[in-house]
Parts: sequence; structure tokens; C-alpha cells
Amino acid sequence: MAKVHVTTTINGEPMEFLCEPNDTMLDALRGPLGLTGSKEGCASGDCGACSITLDDRLVCSCLMLAVESEGHEIRTIEGMAQGDRLHPLQQKFLEMAALQCGICTSGMLVASDALLKKNPDPTEEEVRFWLAGNLCRCTGYDKIVRAVMETAAEMRAQ
Amino acid sequence: MTELRYLAPETLDEAVGAFAKAGSAARILAGGTDLLVQMRSGILKPGVIVDIKKIPEMTAIEETADGGFRIGAAVSGMALAEHGKFGKVWPGVLEAVNLIGSKQVQGRASAGGNLCNGSPAGDSVPAMVAAGAIVTIQGPDGRREMKVEDVPAGPGRTHLKPGEILVSFKLPPRPPASSDAYLRMIPRTEMDIAVVGCGVSLTMKDGTVTSARVGLGAVAPTVLLVEDAAKALIGSKLDDAALAKAAAACSAACRPIDDKRGTIAYRTKVAGVLLKRTATIAAQRATQKN
Amino acid sequence: MNVVTNNKWIGQRTIRPDGMDKVTGRAQFAADTTMPGMIWGKILRSPHPHARIRSIDTSKAEKLPGVKAVVTSKDIVDFPIEKGAVMLGIQDMRWMCRNVMARDKALFPGHPVAAVAATTEAIAAEACNLIEVDYEVLPWAIEIEDALKPDAPILHEFNKWEGKPSNIVGRLEHKKGDIEQGFKQADIVIERTFTTRPVHQGYIEPHACLISVAPDGKTTIWSSSQGQFMVRAMTAHLTGIPQSDIRAIPAEIGGGFGGKTIVYLEPVATLLAKKSGRPVKMVMTREEVMRATGPTSGSKSTVKIGATKDGKIVAAHGTFYLQAGAFPGSPIRGAAGCSFTPYDIPNLLSEGYDVCSNRSKVAAYRAPGAPIGAYAVECVLDEVAEALKMDPLDFRAKNAAKEGTKAAHGPVFPRIGYLETVEAAKASPHYAAPLGDGNGKLRGRGVASGFWFNAGGESSAQVNITEDGNVVVTTGHPDIGGSRAGIANICAELLGIDYRRVSVIIGDTQTVGFSNLTGGSRVLFASSMVVTQSTEKIIQTLRERAAKIWNIDPEAVKWENGAAHPVSPNAGQFEPLTLEELADKAPAMGGPIGAGVQLNTQGADGGFGTHVCDVEVDVDLGIARVIRYTAVQDVGRAIHPGYVEGQLQGGVAQGIGWALNEEYIYTKEGKVDNPGFLDYRMPVCSDLPMIDCIMVEIPNPKHPQGVKGVGEVPLVPVMAAVANAIYNALGKRFYALPMSPPKVLEKLDEPIRQAAE
Repeated sequence: MAKVHVTTTINGEPMEFLCEPNDTMLDALRGPLGLTGSKEGCASGDCGACSITLDDRLVCSCLMLAVESEGHEIRTIEGMAQGDRLHPLQQKFLEMAALQCGICTSGMLVASDALLKKNPDPTEEEVRFWLAGNLCRCTGYDKIVRAVMETAAEMRAQ
Repeated sequence: MTELRYLAPETLDEAVGAFAKAGSAARILAGGTDLLVQMRSGILKPGVIVDIKKIPEMTAIEETADGGFRIGAAVSGMALAEHGKFGKVWPGVLEAVNLIGSKQVQGRASAGGNLCNGSPAGDSVPAMVAAGAIVTIQGPDGRREMKVEDVPAGPGRTHLKPGEILVSFKLPPRPPASSDAYLRMIPRTEMDIAVVGCGVSLTMKDGTVTSARVGLGAVAPTVLLVEDAAKALIGSKLDDAALAKAAAACSAACRPIDDKRGTIAYRTKVAGVLLKRTATIAAQRATQKN
Repeated sequence: MNVVTNNKWIGQRTIRPDGMDKVTGRAQFAADTTMPGMIWGKILRSPHPHARIRSIDTSKAEKLPGVKAVVTSKDIVDFPIEKGAVMLGIQDMRWMCRNVMARDKALFPGHPVAAVAATTEAIAAEACNLIEVDYEVLPWAIEIEDALKPDAPILHEFNKWEGKPSNIVGRLEHKKGDIEQGFKQADIVIERTFTTRPVHQGYIEPHACLISVAPDGKTTIWSSSQGQFMVRAMTAHLTGIPQSDIRAIPAEIGGGFGGKTIVYLEPVATLLAKKSGRPVKMVMTREEVMRATGPTSGSKSTVKIGATKDGKIVAAHGTFYLQAGAFPGSPIRGAAGCSFTPYDIPNLLSEGYDVCSNRSKVAAYRAPGAPIGAYAVECVLDEVAEALKMDPLDFRAKNAAKEGTKAAHGPVFPRIGYLETVEAAKASPHYAAPLGDGNGKLRGRGVASGFWFNAGGESSAQVNITEDGNVVVTTGHPDIGGSRAGIANICAELLGIDYRRVSVIIGDTQTVGFSNLTGGSRVLFASSMVVTQSTEKIIQTLRERAAKIWNIDPEAVKWENGAAHPVSPNAGQFEPLTLEELADKAPAMGGPIGAGVQLNTQGADGGFGTHVCDVEVDVDLGIARVIRYTAVQDVGRAIHPGYVEGQLQGGVAQGIGWALNEEYIYTKEGKVDNPGFLDYRMPVCSDLPMIDCIMVEIPNPKHPQGVKGVGEVPLVPVMAAVANAIYNALGKRFYALPMSPPKVLEKLDEPIRQAAE
């Protein structure tokens, strides 16, 4: 099978990679691109552990072909911190124990970031419904929702 | 191993040409949220994938000269939600499109894909049926239009001919005091496939329903247009008796199955419950607007 | 008791040591590892629930270009049934060898029958399709009732029950007093039968491993598990490679909840790697996880409770039938042993039956068996309390087990905290709050309690002082709930230094001493014991070093705030020597500073919890939602309160899923019909309310910091609390889980009453 050459932008950096035409974006990220922060929990769009943004829109990278990234901008968990400065959501998740095993954390953070960019002042209900596509089996979501709300409040205050 | 080719044409003619040429091995890629799941699980092994998102018409949201809307088949739910006016005119269609999967899925999934996937449980379809949407289809023999309710042929099947591609949905202009709503029953609050879905579109005058359409999903092999339910609503003030009659019509129209998502008895009963609730919301919206 | 007081770090919500890697995507889970030359393994699984394997022809698969190795049961070390049990912990290797690869019979759809390693995943999958298996398809039974019928298909013909081949493969009983006499004293007796469906642990990370076997047999395993030593031992047993040659490296584990306490892939991947000479990676799909791993048992339980008019329980009888799946080993010990334990019941018989059926072999799931038993017992208690017109918490308080109560499973309780959890629940703002208006929906409140044994067992730790005077702690337990954060707090506390100077890592099997599974709510209990002893040894060394430098008696040196200080008669004579200074002087003063301790820890006290749950039911759709929840638990000592709460909240969320929607659904052909997250409906974020926690702290006197296990108790009471709340809302009792919308609506076709106040 002939591989396809793809030119794209990942976390602000121009990137090229080769993939099979049926590889998902998640396959490409975790394989040739070596970005294993996005996780595969289901490969069917039901768990959100592979959440990334495509041109600033939140998507499941398991539900997108890698070839579709040609000419587009992808952002992943690996691009969330600026150098050694954590994103406020990352910092708050640490401080508020909003993670346990960590397998959902990448996707949860990427999804939460997409929410706060769209809605800087979400209600608890809005946070819960926005994050409904990100399964977490450890936390019962309580501390995650609180961390997102508190980050939003702090970001608004700045 | 099957060779897979990925094509991303920039014109509809090219897309139709490539799609028709590849025959039954070809699949259209819009949001991909059903297609990729089917490919990954091994249910489907396409030879050619035609990505239609680079065709401007497929991703456009247009207000037509008569005051209606034309929605490209590959417009994502999230893009539709970001349109300034669409959700005000068709709140039920919008809420239905945005019940398809998670926020992640809504960033990709389209009403066109939802319809062509052929699932009787697709959330956007009953709302589109209630809205009286007309679809535009293009194939090797040119363009044609179809009522949205005529597209599904059965679970996983449509009445599109070989080589035909769904291009857009046309929603009619709205008379004053019109609105719509969509509700579905799922066991959780999110992330489930509809056990029953109900779309109602209606127009009111002085508290009386002057026209109505009812679409019902997940209760038969295809999404249903329930004309008897609409008849029960038209001419009424949505009093309990009229709602009960319309609900009974919905339950009577059900030809459901027992499966992992619900039972025959449950679906039949819930279809009526949802009709009452959906019609009430649509009427509130229609009258609030004035 | 040696509980540290005036703590600086114990009890603080510090940043977990592994947190930074997890929030930046750096953390390495099992599927994230690669090796040069790595190839991919895939498993061919039985499509049948029950079939004799007449023959397997792998020749076509072997010829496919890209295929590097094929493995069948012939390659797995056999543990013949007639030779008797070979136990590794609670697992019998006779069943394990047959579970990782079917031998004579395939016993469930998804049972492995062969495996292939090839240069790509696609080729490996294609090769699996080329393997020809000649099956003699047999009749099958999945549900307990079907497996117990006189003419039921028998999974294991050698097994006899009452002289005849049977699917009942085990029985256990706990007995106290005389129930016949006891029930005679009762003014009220209520007996009910309950069923629950199998539910999966639902970890988001599928099982995965990467394994390299060098030509000399030296084997390296990267995998996600609840015990690298379990992985090493089971792999050694099933492949014949000595344990000394297997280095099992624990990857970060993306959830386990008990389900990763056994191996599925590692022995198979090891054999593929050995045969092919290439590192082999295997990652399960979600569908494979759902079909072939876990879940916990489905069950059928009958519980009978008798009480006197004044509210004293005088007798109880529980019979718990649990589905083991394909091989013996359902958690009857948890069901029979935990369910009545919160109560002081003079006459008690609690029996468990282990029933095989054509479903994947059960794996542990959070307090294995206990939630199943508690569901039945706590629902019957609710009925008894109602019949007696007693508040359900008062009824529990009146019958609470206390210090000195003899539990039916053996122990006489030391000071326990059960009654305190009931009192705290009763005094909670939640219990006092009105239910509020449901706006057309009916609301109700329910309570339930639960118990889990907790465990001690083997743990090892090594604590080393680095050359620059900081600390590295290595323990042997995969961290699934935040144990590293707890260890850092304890070690920092003891050494009197900032917790950020303590780095806690999980060692692999060849670099840290044997440490038993992460399970049984034992990890922080056991590992903090060995870390405490190690750290105390280091402090002793540091005092000796300072004494040597000052030329005084070591007894005249105290360790405080991260430094050695002279005490009387030398107080104030010398400047304190800090950890950094002593580390710097270490080469000249006797060498590196470090200590390791290995123990079979004892003294784990059981854990008790009491929960309060409010539900709201949409009576037209049959949808019940939990709208408020409070979990009260005796946690011993909350070393890191954030992660203790996290355990409580996570357990409650799982229980709500079990109560309302989660279940294995089967097709007519006996296959799981919902093997994915779409239709196996675990709670999503919008399904749940905030989950309030009340941590009652009654320190365990046998533990240096007072720790009790906390991870498992919070699942035990949940289903009963939800069921009792739904009863309170609807006036109708449910005797089966899940209480999913079609079932609720069916029940509601009978007339309803208004929600109770």
C-alpha cells in the first residue's frame, strides 16, 4: 500500500509525515509523529481520550483520517503548555486532584480548553454537558468540573 | 489487503465522477464519525473515499432569496450552531443536529452524513422531516430533489442511486409564529443513540395550530413522517385531548424492535410521551416569538 | 500508637508526583512504548460461547508474508487439571493457562484460541483470519439459572457437585449462632430475591504490552497492570521462563479497579516475541476488552432478615449465587463475607455459590462481591426498617457492629468506625435537607452502608538520599489512586523536608523487592509501612553521622525540620546539620545513605461507609437520575485528602452506573451485544451531581500513620442507596439491576404514589 505524504501544522510547528490512507489522525499522532499524549480508549469516538483540535475545533482524532489534516492546524495536549509554563487548566488539575490514573487527562484538558475559549464563564451544567464526550472512570468527574470552573473564574479575573 | 484511495475533490462534478467511477467500493466522507467507526471495526472496507469537505457548496450555510435556508450536506453541527440566524428560525433542527454525539463529534458530524448513514435513530432526521426539508442530490444523471423522508430505505440503506451524492438540505421559509423542537429519549443524559426521537414543527395563529409536521425516529426501519399526529394537532390549541390523540397516533405509527437500546413496549409508549413534550416546546417557541 | 501529630505534609493536598507528566501528555502508559524492530501481535478469538476445539491449522497464516510467529495452546505451559491447584494469590494457574489460550474447549465468545505476530497490525489481523479452527459447537449457558438447570451444558465435566457433573464449582459459608432459633425470635421477617447483571470495570485504557525476549531468554515486559510481580510470576508460570530472567516494568496504568490483577496478553506476547526474535506489541481493542476481560459476576441473591419489634436484628440468612464465567473463582468471599458485617447479628448464615457459565472469566472489581451482597442486604434492611417504622439510619445504628463484635467471617472487631459513619450521615446537611420540588418528577432519598475487608500483605520499598540531599523512594506497587502522593507526604513529614524534595517512583521487578498486587485497598496501608520503616532507618543513620561529625553520642542527636540537632547536654553547641550537608559529607562519613525494608504487613483494619442518595425520577420516561449524593466513610487517616475523596467519588460514580444503566447484554447467540462505550453505558459527566464526601478519621492503631484502605468501600453501598432512594420516590421496590428506563417504566405501569417527604 502506497503511503500518503501529508503536510500539516501541529502545535504551531510545520510537520510532514507519511501515513496509510486509512490511518486515523490518532494513528499518525501516536505513530510517525511520536505524540503519544493523545490516547486510544475506544477508537469509536465514545471516550474522548484522543481529543485534539482541528483548526481550533474540538474533535476526536480517532474519528478523523490523518490525510484530512493536510493544510490544517492540529493542536494536541503536547502543545498546551507554553515551554515550562503550564496552561492554567493544567495547573488547576494538579492543584485540585482532578486526575487519578491520567488516561483521560489529556483529552479532558484539551476539551476543557476548547470550552473556555468558546465560553469563558460556563455554568456547572454547561461544563458537564461539554465534557460528556470525555469518559473518566476514576474521579466521578467532581474534581474535574470544579477545576474547570475555578480555572475559568481565575482566567476571567486576570 | 484492499488498496484504499483517498480523494478530496474541489468541485462537485469531480466528486460525482470519482464516486460513480469507483462504484460500490466507494464511500463519501463528510464528518466521518460513522464511516471511520465502521472502517475501524472491520464492517466496511472501502476502496475509495471521496472527501466532500473541500467542495464549497457542501460546507455552505445560505439564506435563500425566499427566506429559507440551504445547508450543505457536510456542514458540521458546531458550524450550524455558530450561524447567527439559523438557530433562531429552526431551533429544533439545530438542537437535533447537535445531539449527534459529543462536542467532539459535533465538530465533525453533519446532517448529510446522519441522513445517508441510514440509521432509523439518526437524531437530525426526524427534525428535518418535521421541518419539511428537501434534499438536493447530484449524480451522474444530474441534479434532483427529494423530500427528506423519502431518502431512507431501511436500516443502513437509502434511496440514493449509485453514484449520487447528497448535496444540501433546503428548509422552507417560515411563516410568522412558527417554530420547531426535537426531543429524544436516551438512558443517559448524553452520548447515547436515540431510543426514540421526535421532531415537531408547527405554525400557530391565535393559540391554534394552523400547520404541523411530526417526525419520529428509532421506532421503525426508517424515520417516520406521522401525518395522523400532525392532523390531531392542527386546528387544536394543544389541549390535553389533542395532545393525547397526537400521542396515540405516534404510538400507533411505531413498528419498533426489541434491542439492546429499548423494548417494543417502551419505545411505543415513549413515542407518545415525547410527542406531547416536543409539541409543547415547539408551541411555546412559536408563540414566544411574537 | 505512633500517629504523627502537628503534621506539615500528612493531610495536605500536595501535588501528586506523577501529575506533571499526566497533564502534559508525557506519562508513558503501556501502549505508548515502542522498540526498534517491534512487530505486532493479534489474538484469534472463539466466535462461539462453547465449543470443543477439534483441531487448529495455522499453516496458511504462517505462510502469509510479514507473519513472524504463531502461537497456540501447545506453546503455553499446561497445568493439568488432575494434578490439582497451583495457586498464585487467588488465581489457580490451571484456569489461567486455559484462560489466556483455550486448550480443549473454547468457553466464551472472545476466548483466545491462537495468536499471530506480524510486521503490521493489519497483517497480523489478516493472518488470524487464515487460521482454520475446527470447532464442535456445544450447547451453552450464560445466566445463572440456565447454568444450574439439571440438563445444563456442563463447562467442566470433571467438576462434581453432590456427586454429579455440575457448574457449581465452589461454596463458602460463614455462620454464627443458629438462624432457625433466631428467626423464631423475630417479630418481622422479610425475605427477597435479587439479581444483578455482569458489569465491567470500565478502565479507559485497554490492556496493552510490549515484550522483548533476547536470544539468551532475558525478557523485558512493559505493561499496564495492578502488579508487575504478578505479571512476572504468571508469565514465568505460563512460558517456563524463570522469574529471574523476566523484568516486568510497570507502565502508568490507565485504570484497573481490579480488572488488571490478572494477565491476558503478557504470556502470549512473550511467546510470540521468543518465537519471532522480535519485540512484540499487543494492544486490545475496546471490543476485546469488553468480550474477553473482566467483568465482575452477575448474581442471584436471596436475603432473609428477621428483627424484633424494638428494632433489633435477631437473624439473617443470605444465599449468594455468583457467575464465575468460564473458570471457577467468582468473588463469593466478598459477597458472603462482607454483606452483613456492618451489623451485630447473633444468628447468621451467609452462603456463597460459585457458578461457571459461558462468559469471560470474572476478574476482581472494586471490593469484589461485596457490592453484590450489600445490594441485597441493604435493600432488605430498608424494608425491615420501614416495616418497623424506624428511620433507616437509626435502625442501622441500633444494630451496628462495634469494638468486640464478632464478625461471622471470623475476626472480633477492634475499634471500628462504622457507627460513626452512620451518625455522620444522620448529622449531614444532606440528610437534614428537604428533598425539594422535582418540577413534575418524583424525588426520593435512600441510604445504605457497606464494608470491605481491606488487606495488608507483602510490600517492599527502598528510600535513598541523593548526593545533593534529596530523596528518592521506590516502591513496588503500580499507583492507581494516588499512592505516590500519599507516600511523598509521609516521607517528607518524617524527614521534615518539603514534599517536593521527595521523588516517588514505582520500581520494576528487578529493581525493587517483591510487592504484592495493587488491590484489596492495601497499597497505601502497606507501602507506607515499609517506607516509614525505611525512612526511620535513614533518620537513625543521619543522627549517627551527625553524632560522628560532632563527636557526641547518637542518642544526643535529634532529627527535626530536615536537620540533625544536638540535644542536651550539647544543645546549642553545634550548628544543625541539614540533610543536604549530611549528604554532601556522606562519602567521607560512611558512604551512601539509604535503606530498604520488606515486610509481609499485618494489621489492616476493615473499612465501613454509609451513603445518602437523592434521586429524581421522570415517571413518563422511566429515567432515574441521582441528583445529590453524600458518601461517609471511616478512612482511618486521610494522608492526602484530595485523593481519598477521589476514591470515594470514583467509587460512587461506578456504583451509580451499576445501579442505573451498566450491564452486559447478550444476543440470542450468546455473544455480548454491547461491547463498547456507546452501549455499555458508564456514567458521563452530565449524568452525575457533585459527590460530597465526609471523611470520618478513626486512625488504625496498628499503622504508623493510622491508615486504613479506602478504595473499595465506596462502591459497596451505592446500588442499594440508589435502589432505596428510587423506592422512596416511587413507592415501588426494584429487585433487579440495572434500574434502566424500560424496567422502571414497566414497573410504573402499576399505580404510583406521591414522593415521600
